Amino acid sequence: MTRVLEVHDLEKNFGGVVAAHNINVTVDVGENIGIIGANGAGKTTFVNMVTGYLPPSSGRIEFMGKNVVGLHPRDVTKLGLCRSFQVPQVFLSETVFDNMLVAYGIAERSGWGLFTPLHTDDREARVDAQLKRYQISEYRDVAASALPQGVRKLLDIAMATVRNPKLVMLDEPTSGISVEEKFDLMDIIMLALKEEDTTVMFIEHDMEIVERFVNRVWAFYQGEIICDATTAEAMKDEKVREFVIGQEYHPGHVEGGAHA
Amino acid sequence: MNQLLDKTFWGLTIGLVALFALNFVLEEWMRSIGLQSLSRGCVAIGLLILWRTGLVSFGHALFFGFGAYTVAMLQIAGVNDIFVLLIGGTATAGLLAFFLGFLLRQYRAIFFALLNMAFSMILYGVLAKVEALGSTDGIGVSHVSFLGYVPADEDYRPTLYVFAICFAYIAAVLSHWYLKSTLGMMTMAVRENEIRVEYLGYSAERAIHAKYVISGVLAGVGGVIMAVTVGHVDPDSMVYWPVSGDFVFITILSGTGNVGATFIGALVYELLRTYAFEFAPEIWQLILGGSLLLIIMFLPDGLWSIRSEWRNRRRMAAAARGETQAAE
Repeated sequence: MTRVLEVHDLEKNFGGVVAAHNINVTVDVGENIGIIGANGAGKTTFVNMVTGYLPPSSGRIEFMGKNVVGLHPRDVTKLGLCRSFQVPQVFLSETVFDNMLVAYGIAERSGWGLFTPLHTDDREARVDAQLKRYQISEYRDVAASALPQGVRKLLDIAMATVRNPKLVMLDEPTSGISVEEKFDLMDIIMLALKEEDTTVMFIEHDMEIVERFVNRVWAFYQGEIICDATTAEAMKDEKVREFVIGQEYHPGHVEGGAHA
Repeated sequence: MNQLLDKTFWGLTIGLVALFALNFVLEEWMRSIGLQSLSRGCVAIGLLILWRTGLVSFGHALFFGFGAYTVAMLQIAGVNDIFVLLIGGTATAGLLAFFLGFLLRQYRAIFFALLNMAFSMILYGVLAKVEALGSTDGIGVSHVSFLGYVPADEDYRPTLYVFAICFAYIAAVLSHWYLKSTLGMMTMAVRENEIRVEYLGYSAERAIHAKYVISGVLAGVGGVIMAVTVGHVDPDSMVYWPVSGDFVFITILSGTGNVGATFIGALVYELLRTYAFEFAPEIWQLILGGSLLLIIMFLPDGLWSIRSEWRNRRRMAAAARGETQAAE
């Protein structure tokens, strides 16, 4: 197994508040990881540190064997570690197509190449393929501001993955999505990412989603990872039940289990 | 290549040919207005690029004046050819923008706008004080040569006009192509969402820096044309803050829809000012201010939006006709 991510002794303090403490984890290629935990447990802080948005107070983060602490998000992105956002970060006044076109342009060009025309037939084809992969082709010419929340989430992820990243971190991909739509949305996302052999890590509050789509869980509590285990084990873990998912949750009633 | 030879390109090219033809019939005062419009139009293209990025500069007279003064300085040093002056003026303006860009790219909104103004006022202060730079009287700019060709006096202005059209045409076409490039399209991306740009793998600040340098170079082109057209550079008409205001005025007037529109906007502005000054010397500022107000109220996207408005109306009318036919 190839190691994608290695995190050692990661710490983050905001003044007196400990947002991350003693975080040691590793991720191998092909693993799908669910990050769970209550609000303020340090999940997004962790993602922000790994993707270069927040500098950690101390610790080491290695992505594909390369230390990424101190790198900008854009450099981490170029290495093949991408992310999506809880609130989709898209170009609201532009159409879905133009959003994707710019995303591909930035991903595919650098230096003087940036002065070449953005709109080419080849690139248009790639945009359309990506829209199809995420099943949002019908919204191609709709302004991003007018999209339903689920579609905007898909657009955000479609834009985040134009570089075919090795690892993608999704920050609450199903937040703000109705219960009926959640599974379909996740099916689309996981299928699209699997096509590209991308290792996925996502933050999620819905345990049914976690059970169905990941094979490993990290449970965050007060800045620490209190459980790093397979999904089935984590759901039975006493500490996880007490601090994260609650005693009344009964795992295993989702058909199929972790299928990804 | 077809990507590059689009409607705007042909529109600009037709404009170029039309302006060439006009050269044979224009009176000298009209040619003067034309030259000044070309000059200010170039600066306004730079502001358009910044505007699309979500940034407004109230200080581009800094680069405009820098380009213009470079012409005067180079003439003192014995350089007299329009091409060398143009390269010199744009290079100094571009370099200045490059250095200031490291600071400016960290600011947005009103801070960006006023920091530009602050720098332009520093240059104004220096130019107004330093005797060697002509102080408040400025410096005269004598007739230039055109690749070694020195036209007779009566041919001088028409020749200058031809070259100015070419420079403005090149500036407009290159800017248009730039705006269609990946880096050019980042104007929109940076305006809309800097975080997304970063996470796509590019520095929003670097994108802004590039746009800033380009806008500085374009203002330099405008400054060179203006210095040679007016035959004189001085702090009040080249660098003072209302000069920057004129450029913003033109940008609002033109809208950010198309680079070609900036020249139309610049011409309208020039005519407005000229006629307001001629027919109502007491209240010409009032007329300019009133026009600006009307533009903002009725054409918030500038003159260019008349075109899209017209198209929409036609489409709506066609749709309405279609509906009535269907109903019948």
